[in-house]
Amino acid sequence: MNVLEFTFLVWAGSLLAGFLGALTGLGGGVVLVPLLTIFFHVDLRYAIGASLVSVIATSSGAAAAYVKEGFSNIRIGMFLEIATTLGALLGAYLTAKLPANAIAIIFGIVLLYSAFVSRRPRQRSAVEKPPDPLATKLKLNGSFPDAGGIRHYNVYHVPAGFGVMSAAGILSGLLGIGSGALKVVGMDQAMKIPFKVSTTTSNFMIGVTAAASAGIYLSRGYIDPSLAMPVMIGVLIGSLMGTRILVKTHTTHLRLVFSGVIVLLGLEMMIKGARGGF
Amino acid sequence: MLRKHLTDERVEVLIANLLRGGVLTAALVVIAGAILYLGAHPRAHVSYHTFHSEPQQLKSVTGVIGEAFTGNARGIIQLGLLLLIATPIARVAFSVVAFAIEEDKMYIVFTLIVLGVLLYSLFGSSTIT
Repeated sequence: MNVLEFTFLVWAGSLLAGFLGALTGLGGGVVLVPLLTIFFHVDLRYAIGASLVSVIATSSGAAAAYVKEGFSNIRIGMFLEIATTLGALLGAYLTAKLPANAIAIIFGIVLLYSAFVSRRPRQRSAVEKPPDPLATKLKLNGSFPDAGGIRHYNVYHVPAGFGVMSAAGILSGLLGIGSGALKVVGMDQAMKIPFKVSTTTSNFMIGVTAAASAGIYLSRGYIDPSLAMPVMIGVLIGSLMGTRILVKTHTTHLRLVFSGVIVLLGLEMMIKGARGGF
Repeated sequence: MLRKHLTDERVEVLIANLLRGGVLTAALVVIAGAILYLGAHPRAHVSYHTFHSEPQQLKSVTGVIGEAFTGNARGIIQLGLLLLIATPIARVAFSVVAFAIEEDKMYIVFTLIVLGVLLYSLFGSSTIT
């Protein structure tokens, strides 16, 4: 393939990944690395570098839209970013230490997990528990605009949430992904933060987490400008389009199909990794 | 409480604009570099099958800036990507100021820790491999 063909095809593939990722809420980042490695025969390290860069673009682009709505909690985000950025540093170091095939297998497991984890809000009985002293001390409790006015919420299980966030950071740095699904699990399920606040705050954090490993990736030479260019532009345009359409469409079937694609890509990464194909 | 709420809202609008501006600027610089790059050798053969790392000047902040200002197409793209990486870092730096205005000492410290990790990754990690 020559430069023009390769750039165009990678751009188109990234556009589709970003579009479907935003439309289904599953995130485009997770399919980029398998797309680049399996279909374009790109080395895993270059693929991870390009993917990470595109994660920063989509997260920052989307966060700009969410911040104004008043759902994201800047204090929760900043406090948990201590965990995610330190985790991301560790993850980025591990990328150089672990063999590529092991990384591919971990990647496959994460793909399967993100296909199965539900990002839907769970019905939670609004039992008024007394506020958690640690969360109060850290000023994490907040409020957001709801149909019936301003709704206040309390945050619980801070250490558990901090732990899940560290893991999300490690995976982000190791695999060049946003780890959005795991971040939401940490906030929504562990810390009992309302779903809407969890998703928007998670998006807010993804860019900062990714920036923590980006510097290390850059100095290791994982970020190739000619490859990252079509990936970043494609994912950015695709996810912006997906977010626009999201408001008007029902995505149940599409989610199912895209989850199926993610499962297949995850299995392929694991099998190829187990056979030493990376 | 009311004053705090108002500052929070203003800060959020500023952060949103900062993020949008950063991503847009980064994308424009990347596209400018891409036009130069694709125009220069559209028919050349490419392969990313094996990892060669990048040339030294595309692996550090100062190297990338120097390379971009000599008009090197790949250097310009890399500068755009660097601007993209800098966007969330600027956001965190901005939050330090915002928490300082609110006189929230605990969160000034938290934000400085995050900022320190980010700056270490970008500037300090090249010495360790």
